[in-house]
Amino acid sequence: MSDTPQPNPQPPRRSNARVIGWCLAGVMGMFAFGFAMVPLYDVFCDITGINGKTAGRYQASGNEETDANRIVTVQFIAQNGPDMPWVFRPVTRSITVHPGEPTTVNFYAENPTTDPMVGQAVPSLAPAEGTLYFHKTECFCFNQQALAAGETVQMPLVFIVDKALPEHIRKLTLSYTLYDQSELQAVSGSGQDNTNNNG
Amino acid sequence: MDKRHRWAGGNGGASMSAVIDTHAGEHHHGPARGISRWLLTTNHKDIGTMYLVFSFAMFLLGGTMAMVIRAELFEPGLQIVQPEFFNQMTTMHGLIMVFGAVMPAFVGLANWMLPMMIGAPDMALPRMNNWSFWLLPCAFLILVSTLFMEGGAPNFGWTFYAPLSTTYGPPSTTFFIFAVHIMGISSIMGAINVIATILNLRAPGMTMMKMPLFVWTWLITAFLLIAVMPVLAGVVTMMLMDINFGTSFFDASGGGDPVLFQHVFWFFGHPEVYIMILPAFGAVSHIIPAFSRKPLFGYASMVYAVGAIALLSFVVWAHHMFTVGVPIAGQLFFMYATMLIAVPTGVKVFNWVATMFRGSLTFEAPMLFAVAFVILFTIGGFSGLMLAIAPADFQYHDTYFVVAHFHYVLVPGAIFGIFASAYFWLPKWTGHMYDETLAKTHFWLSFIGMNLAFFPMHFLGLAGMPRRIPDYALQFADFNMVSSIGAFMFGATQLLFLLIVVKCVRGGEAAPAKPWDGAEGLEWTVPSPAPYHTFSTPPEVK
Repeated sequence: MSDTPQPNPQPPRRSNARVIGWCLAGVMGMFAFGFAMVPLYDVFCDITGINGKTAGRYQASGNEETDANRIVTVQFIAQNGPDMPWVFRPVTRSITVHPGEPTTVNFYAENPTTDPMVGQAVPSLAPAEGTLYFHKTECFCFNQQALAAGETVQMPLVFIVDKALPEHIRKLTLSYTLYDQSELQAVSGSGQDNTNNNG
Repeated sequence: MDKRHRWAGGNGGASMSAVIDTHAGEHHHGPARGISRWLLTTNHKDIGTMYLVFSFAMFLLGGTMAMVIRAELFEPGLQIVQPEFFNQMTTMHGLIMVFGAVMPAFVGLANWMLPMMIGAPDMALPRMNNWSFWLLPCAFLILVSTLFMEGGAPNFGWTFYAPLSTTYGPPSTTFFIFAVHIMGISSIMGAINVIATILNLRAPGMTMMKMPLFVWTWLITAFLLIAVMPVLAGVVTMMLMDINFGTSFFDASGGGDPVLFQHVFWFFGHPEVYIMILPAFGAVSHIIPAFSRKPLFGYASMVYAVGAIALLSFVVWAHHMFTVGVPIAGQLFFMYATMLIAVPTGVKVFNWVATMFRGSLTFEAPMLFAVAFVILFTIGGFSGLMLAIAPADFQYHDTYFVVAHFHYVLVPGAIFGIFASAYFWLPKWTGHMYDETLAKTHFWLSFIGMNLAFFPMHFLGLAGMPRRIPDYALQFADFNMVSSIGAFMFGATQLLFLLIVVKCVRGGEAAPAKPWDGAEGLEWTVPSPAPYHTFSTPPEVK
């Protein structure tokens, strides 16, 4: 190289290698932090319920008392994800329950295609503030649903609305989006890990 | 704090020992000839020039895309381009202007000016400097080549929200991701170089609180780059894996969450907007005192204000996503944190005004751009405060009001800051004075064009015109036409800037070592044009 830097008569007060080392450590750390945001986000949302994702299987404590003085309306919505050909709808569209009372409702699914398919329902609750107070003791969304060609199924959901539900919430809307997992299943079979955790 | 007068450089009154490289002709200290000079150079001035030229080329390319956008929006209806191509234009315009024009321009200014401002012979890591520059043309070659690929260029907006960019993105998205990786590596290396230079190569006697403000703002910018460019690399890596390797970071069907994308992206994105403005803050803090012939008012408070802005930039990201469903406590936190940024920013604006107060003002081109910077950036800051109000944001979100806001902070903020710097230091770089009449024409046409283009967008946004849409309802027609005329005016004017610079490089009135009588700082102690090697012997800063 023709333009050799001239020797610097003033020796560096700090070594460049040290500065580079610290900077690279910062870069690596922040790259890792970017990925750490994924589990952090999940944990944060689990604790606060702010993204409307309801929690996994709820263990009923047995001494649940029903608050007969209070009525909460629970509405159910079902929709299909992109390119999902199944017929998917709630059998009961709306129901009134007392907090603390276990209630069973059914969803109907049908695979109208000529191929066996696998579906996965992902829940979302509105208002998000109510997410922490909506417990599911049994839900088809805990597992993937495999339906043969033309098969139909009634899928149960058992839930309890917590008595601690804030007073101003009178209506909860639970929405399920059903996604086609047939291909993911065929490619990796790893969908199971993800889907068991969200319910 | 001591009571000594501090000029923009913070080293006012420093008498310089003989620091000029007088034996340049004796041996081969000049640049090599031909293309290898530019390919292999490790000289900070050559690399700075290449950065500036590259960034201006990208500015023209991104500007051409803006012209396509404004031409389509000149009238309601679809006249010139199809919506698919329009979306590619908005996306590429944003990406090229942010990563190709503004950021490299500041790195170019840093390369040219930082060593001369701190009395260093070169950047601390000259070979890495060469590499980090040459990565950029490669990255943008890849990015721009996506325009010619099957399925077209990225069309999902410069924010590339998942799943629009993952499930529904064009096949070229993978090339876009690769380009972002490369430009991220380039920025990170540039930032490491800046930090090493500033920490290790300051002239004896230049303590941290004597550093010129451009040096301070760039040091803080470099830390921001190191903190957030890896997060950007992380988020595009997650996209890459979602698209190609079957993961589900942002795919709800596999247990992921699209909102997570926005959190990670804006954790990068908000500090990024300060990366694009802080160096301009620094440059303006040199220019305003020089043409006011007064020391900068409140040097220390300027430094602390920049530090405060940088720290706050990490805790405000969710103000970009109030409408995705942030709980009320979160909205309040991010709203107040965002508004808090107005305090250090206000400190800076008041300090600039106080610097001009009762100064002997003259209005050469750098000063015109700097004063316009202060006024118009403040307007952009105020519309930012309006957007920060969470309940009001629900109306403004994704409308032209947002477009007006960020163009007011980026065009008269970042771009005017770069123009002001270019005119301020052009005599030092070229050894010639630029044509003041043409430069003032450039300023006034830019000023009028820019305001014509972006001010009506406030009204359009408040009236509900959504952004990133190639067609619009008839009631928006008049303001859009005004806006397009202003945009064409602003765009065409930039060719005048090219002419002025070319003219200045090729000749003109010889510039003295210090062409601005109020200017302070070590860079004015070397002759104009600055010799190929400066400060081989460090100056003494008192």
